[in-house]
Amino acid sequence: MTAFQAGAGYGDDRPEQARGSAAIVLDHTDPASKRIIVGYGFWIFLLSDIIMFSAFFATYAVLSGETAGGPSGKDLFDLHNVAIETACLLLSSFTCGLAAIGARAHNGLMYYGGMAATCVLGLGFLAIEIHEFVGMIDQGAGPTRSAFLSAFFTLVGCHGVHVTLGILWLLTMVAQVFAKGYRADILRRVLCFALFWHTLDIIWVAIFTVVYLLGAGQ
Amino acid sequence: MLGKLTWGAVPFDQPIPLFAGAFVIVVVICVLAFITIKGWVPYLWREWITSVDHKRIGVMYVTLAAVMLLRGFIDAAMMRSQQALAFQSQGYLPPEHYNQIFSAHGTIMIFFVAMPFVIGLMNIVVPLQLGIRDVAFPTLNSISFWLTATGALLVNISLVVGEFSRTGWLPFPPLSELTYSPGVGVDYYLWGVQISGVGTLLTGVNFVTTILKIHAPGMTYMRMPIFTWTALATNLLIVAAFPVLTATLAMLTLDRYLGFHFFTNEAGGNMMMFMNLIWMWGHPEVYILVLPAFGVFSEVVSTFSRKPLFGYRSMVMATMAICVISYTVWLHHFFTMGAGPDVNAVFGVASMIIAVPTGVKIFNWMFTMYGGRVVYPSPMLWSIGFMVTFVIGGLTGVLVAVVPADFMLHNSLFQVAHFHNVIIGGVLFGMFAGYTFWFPKAFGFRLHEGWGKAAFWCWFIGFYLAFMPLYVVGLMGMTRRMQHYDVPEWHPWLLVAGFGAVVVLAGILCQVAQLVVSIRHREELRDLTGDPWMGRSLEWSTSSPPPAFNFAVLPHVEGRDDYWRTARLAERGLGPRVEPTYKAIEMPRNSATGFVCAFFATFGGFGMIWHIWWLVIVALVGAFATFVVFAWRDRTEYEIPAEEVARIDRANRRARGEALATAEALS
Repeated sequence: MTAFQAGAGYGDDRPEQARGSAAIVLDHTDPASKRIIVGYGFWIFLLSDIIMFSAFFATYAVLSGETAGGPSGKDLFDLHNVAIETACLLLSSFTCGLAAIGARAHNGLMYYGGMAATCVLGLGFLAIEIHEFVGMIDQGAGPTRSAFLSAFFTLVGCHGVHVTLGILWLLTMVAQVFAKGYRADILRRVLCFALFWHTLDIIWVAIFTVVYLLGAGQ
Repeated sequence: MLGKLTWGAVPFDQPIPLFAGAFVIVVVICVLAFITIKGWVPYLWREWITSVDHKRIGVMYVTLAAVMLLRGFIDAAMMRSQQALAFQSQGYLPPEHYNQIFSAHGTIMIFFVAMPFVIGLMNIVVPLQLGIRDVAFPTLNSISFWLTATGALLVNISLVVGEFSRTGWLPFPPLSELTYSPGVGVDYYLWGVQISGVGTLLTGVNFVTTILKIHAPGMTYMRMPIFTWTALATNLLIVAAFPVLTATLAMLTLDRYLGFHFFTNEAGGNMMMFMNLIWMWGHPEVYILVLPAFGVFSEVVSTFSRKPLFGYRSMVMATMAICVISYTVWLHHFFTMGAGPDVNAVFGVASMIIAVPTGVKIFNWMFTMYGGRVVYPSPMLWSIGFMVTFVIGGLTGVLVAVVPADFMLHNSLFQVAHFHNVIIGGVLFGMFAGYTFWFPKAFGFRLHEGWGKAAFWCWFIGFYLAFMPLYVVGLMGMTRRMQHYDVPEWHPWLLVAGFGAVVVLAGILCQVAQLVVSIRHREELRDLTGDPWMGRSLEWSTSSPPPAFNFAVLPHVEGRDDYWRTARLAERGLGPRVEPTYKAIEMPRNSATGFVCAFFATFGGFGMIWHIWWLVIVALVGAFATFVVFAWRDRTEYEIPAEEVARIDRANRRARGEALATAEALS
C-alpha cells in the first residue's frame, strides 16, 4: 500500500517547517495522491461519456415516434431478452466489484475469478444484443428503415460498442496483472476499468427504461 | 484496394488548388530535407515529438496555430479579393472552389487556429501558475496534441487529394448529406474535426483534473490567477460540450456512410435536430475560445497597471457565470427556425443576460487601470485594442439577440461582421497579447517591441477596415457566402473590406518580421531574471525558460499575486534568502505514444474518408497495440538527482541576482 500513499512525484518534497505552517493554513490544497488524481480524472472522462450518451438519448427521444410507416418499438422489443440482458449486466457489475476488491487485496482467486465471470456475463450480454439486432435486420427493421430505428441502433449500439471495448480492456487488465503483478499503476487502471464498467450499467438502466420499457408500453 | 481513391482525386484541371498544393508540398519537403541534412531529427524526436513536458507541448500547439493561421488567412484573402472583384462578374474563383474556401477558412480558423492557440497557452502557463511540475496526465497531453495535429493534417491533405467540404464551417444537413454532397469533402471535414475533437476532449479532462486536484501548497482556489480560473472554466466547457459534437458528427457520419436517417429529408429524419445539437456544442465553443482570452487580459492589464486586478472575486464569479449561462443560449443561432415566440424570447433574453458578466469584466479591467501606473508595451496595446473592439462586437451581439432584428439580419454579412468582431477583437487579440506576454517565459528572450507595435496597429486598423464595411452591406441586405453579386451600392464597401485584408496582411508580415528579428537579436532581448515584466503570478518566479521540473522546490503560496509580494520583499532585501533544501525530483519519461497514435489516426481517418477499409482495420489494431505497449512500460518516471536540481537552480539564482544587480546599478 505504500506505493499508493507515496503519490510519486507530488508527495513530500516540501521542507519540514513549511509542512507545519501549510497544515495550519489549508492542508487540503496540497497535491493529492496519484490514485486520487487518476480516479478523479477518469470520472471526469466518464461524465463526458455520459454527456455523449445524453445527446444520443435526446436524439432518440425526438425521433422515437418517426417510424416512417415501419415497425415501432411495440412491434419489435422482446422484454424477455431485455430482462436477461439486464440481469447479465447487473450481475457483471457485482462480479467486477469482487474483482476490484480482489485486486486491492492481492487475492488472485477473487481477481481472476471476478474478471472471468465479468467477461462471460459481458459476452453473454453482447451475444443476446447481437442476436436481437440481427433478428430485427432480418425482418427488414434495420437502421436504414426509419429515423426511429436509426436512433435506436445508434443509442443501443453505442452502448454495445462500449461493452465490447470494455471486454477488450478487461482482457488486457487480466494479462497485465498476470504478467506484472499487482503494481500500483496497474491497480489504478483496474480502478478505472471498474468505474467504466459500472458506468455502462448506469447507462444501461437508462436505456432499459427509456428505450425498452417506454417503447414496449406504447 | 484503394477504395474511392484514384488519380482523378488530384485536381490536375484546377490551377489554383494544384499550384497551392504543389507549393505546400515543395515547402514541406524542403523543410524536412533541411532538418534531415542538419541532423536535427534525433533532437526533434527526443526533445519535442516524444516530449510530455507541458511547456514543449504548449509551444508545439502554438506553432501549429501560427502555421494554420497563415493557411486560414490565405483563404480569407481569397474571399475578400473575390468579393471585391466579383461585382457583375464571376471574379476569379468558380463557385465550387469559392464554397470550399469559405468552408475551409471557418473550419481551420476555429478548430486549428483558435483552439490550438488557446490550448497551447494554457499548456505553457497553467501548471506554472499553479506552482506544479506538470499536468495530471502528461502522456495524455501529448496524445491530445498529436490528435489535433492529425485533424489539421487531414484537412490540409484535402487541398491536394480530393476536395474539401462546401457546406460552410458547420456541415448543415440536408446539404451535407450524401444526396447533395456526394464527394469526399464532407468526409474530410467529419474525420478531421472528429479526430481533433477527441484530442480536445482529452485536454479538457486533463486540465480540469490538474486545476482542481494538483496545486502547490497553499494555492487555494481563491488564490489562483484569473488565467487559471478561465482555463478551468474553458476546460469544464470542453468536457461538457465536445462530447455533443462527437455524437452529432457521428450521427451525420452514419447518415452518410450507412444510410441512417438522422438528418435526411426522408424516413422521418429531422434536419433541425442537427442545428440544435451542433449549436449546443457550438455556442459553448464560443466561450471556450474567449474565456482564456479574458484570462490573458486580466493578467496583462494588472501587470502593466502595476496593481492587483480590480474585483478578483467578481471576475471569478463572472467567469463561472458565463460558463453556466453559455449552455442556455444556443437557439439564438437559428431564431428563424420557427420555434415560436415563447422559445425565441427565452433564448433571446438569455443571450442578453450573458452580456452582463462580460460587461462586469470590462469594468474590472478599466478600474484596474484607473489609478494604476500604466505602461504600454505591446501586450497592453492588444488589451486596450480588445476592450474597444470587443465592446462594439458585444453590442452588435446584443442587437442580434433581439429576435425581430435577428430575423432581418440572419445569414447576412452583418452576422459575419459580428462574429469576426468578437473572435478577432476578442480571441485573436487575446492570443496575440498572451503570445507576446509569455514568449520570454517559453523561450528566454523577449519579442521585439517595435515590430510588435507595428503588427498591432496594422491588425487593429486592418480589422476595422475589413469588417466595419461588412456591417454596412449586411444592413443593406447582402447575405453571407456570395460568390458574385450585381448590386452597385455594395461594391465600394467590399473594395474597402478588401483593402482592410491587405492591411491585416501587413500586420501578419510584421509578426513574421518580429519573430525573425527577435531570434536574431535574442542576446540583446535575453531575459535573465525570469521576470521581464514585473509579473505577479508564480510563472515569473522561475527562470525563463523554466527547467523541465519548473520549480526546484514547490512554492508556498500565502496569498493572491504571491510572486509580486515576495519579489517586492526581495527587492528591499527582505524575505527568505536562504537556499532551500534540494531533493531529487521524479519526472514523467518521454513517450512516443502520442505520435504513434496520431500516425495510426491519420491513416485510419484517411482510410475512412476514401473507404479503404483494410487501412482502417490496420490503423485500429495499430492504435490498440500502441496503448498496450504503453501500458506495458515498467519505468514511467525518471529521477533528477538532488545535486542536478541544485546545480540548475543555483545557476538560475546566480543569473537572476546578477541581472537584478546590473539593473539596479543602471538605475
